[in-house]
Amino acid sequence: MSDISQFKPSAAELERRRFRAQKRSRSIMVSLVSTLAFGLVAWFALTSTPGWSRVNASFFDWNTAVTAFPKVLDGLWLNLRVLVFAAIGVLIFGLLLALMRTLRNPVFFPLRIFSRAYVDFFRGLPLIIVLYLVGFGIPGLRLPGVGRISTELLGVIALVLTYSAYVAEVFRAGIESIHPSQRLAARSLGLSYSQSMRLVVLPQAIRRVAPPLMNDFVSLQKDVGLISILGAIDAVRAAQIQVAISANFTPYLVAGLLFVLLAIPSIRFADRITEKFAKREQVGNAL
Amino acid sequence: MSEIDWNNPRLKVRGLRKHFDQKVVLGGVDLEIYPGQIVALIGSSGSGKSTMLRCINLIETISDGQIWLEGEDISVAAIDQDLVRREIGMVFQSYNLFAHLSILDNITLALRNVQGKTKAEADKIALAWLDRIGLADKAESYPDKLSGGQQQRTAIVRAVALNPKVLLLDEVTSALDPELVGEVLELIRDLKQTGTTIIMATHELSFARDVADWVVFLDKGVVAEEGEAAEFFANPKNQRTKEFLSRLQR
Repeated sequence: MSDISQFKPSAAELERRRFRAQKRSRSIMVSLVSTLAFGLVAWFALTSTPGWSRVNASFFDWNTAVTAFPKVLDGLWLNLRVLVFAAIGVLIFGLLLALMRTLRNPVFFPLRIFSRAYVDFFRGLPLIIVLYLVGFGIPGLRLPGVGRISTELLGVIALVLTYSAYVAEVFRAGIESIHPSQRLAARSLGLSYSQSMRLVVLPQAIRRVAPPLMNDFVSLQKDVGLISILGAIDAVRAAQIQVAISANFTPYLVAGLLFVLLAIPSIRFADRITEKFAKREQVGNAL
Repeated sequence: MSEIDWNNPRLKVRGLRKHFDQKVVLGGVDLEIYPGQIVALIGSSGSGKSTMLRCINLIETISDGQIWLEGEDISVAAIDQDLVRREIGMVFQSYNLFAHLSILDNITLALRNVQGKTKAEADKIALAWLDRIGLADKAESYPDKLSGGQQQRTAIVRAVALNPKVLLLDEVTSALDPELVGEVLELIRDLKQTGTTIIMATHELSFARDVADWVVFLDKGVVAEEGEAAEFFANPKNQRTKEFLSRLQR
């Protein structure tokens, strides 16, 4: 009886399916019509606005876009490199900061205090100030034995300094979200405090914070554009140069769209893993 | 089995007190258990059974009294608690298996990281235990794929595999469906055969009568009555014991 291939739905179930199918095709029709109507109204409202032709000319100029595109793309390559190094640095330093706060030995008291102070400080400090301080301040010291530090590296340092504070908080929240009974079980098996942290709590915490970490990654992805203020020719700076040459704002839009395109896979991926975790909570598929 | 040496209890508790703020949960409890014995702690909810076990495993700081494990005072403040917990196993009502580890790794985690065994040695021990409880085919499964009874048996095996001097079972069947209780009790019976020393807090009175050597009835944090299992259940003397037993036994 439990064999699914033998299963024949009852008349009541067939009626339910027929009803749902009907409802579904009706919803699709309604959403199509409404999207079309909405789009038409929006388009009409936009193009009939008095200044539209001027807006169109200064933001959506095709020829400017084509000229600017290769330059901006070149710049984006720099952003990508900075992104990769910054993301790795942030993960490592953020996790270290979070771990420092879990240390219990009195010897490590200064580390605990440091981690707390650091997180408070850098969560409050605007990224742009960190960029100025690191990007212009460190080279300004003319450190002996250190040659010219590349702008990319300075940008990475500034991003790591700021984002590690956020990521440390995410890790800490993950550590605290693991039910105390897991630690209780670990300790009663004779594992030490640090062993139970390392072998039982952390592996579960890291899995659990994957979705919020992805969100921070998405926002890091666009903040790498801020390194342009240090003078690096990244996508934003390349666009700026093109804007100056063509006296047209389209290159900014080109750069912006490229950043959005870059972010979309990460955003979708973040959604996917969030969904995967939500599925485990078993809400019930009728809700 | 060899004769029990009545002069050397495996574990001895004297005058154990535990206060939570102004509330007295344990009001001076004595207990001893000898190698290979099973002692059953019974009593209604809130009588202090679980607290008693948690104190013995040094999970709770005791408010007064002393505890000796094989003659060594483990209640002194300077004791290395991790070392003590290596010798005392504990299993909880809610299993508390490690959710991120397979059944096999749940059992081998402490074997490897506490007892320093190699992965091969630990796997061998764990698989032998899993085979014994009929879960060898679940070795690679994760805890959330197992029934409550299977999870609890894994949790018990995880503790016994370390060869503890005393195993503390804290109402290990209370969270289980009635039809799953049997398989867990069967495992405990099996452990008794191989000489594991067990203190169990339980509501399974008929099981306590069957397997326990000694029964301790806790009432409001003190021992109201204790005795050999058969005698205890057949002829309860204390009025509170009689009430408790008549309410639960039918």
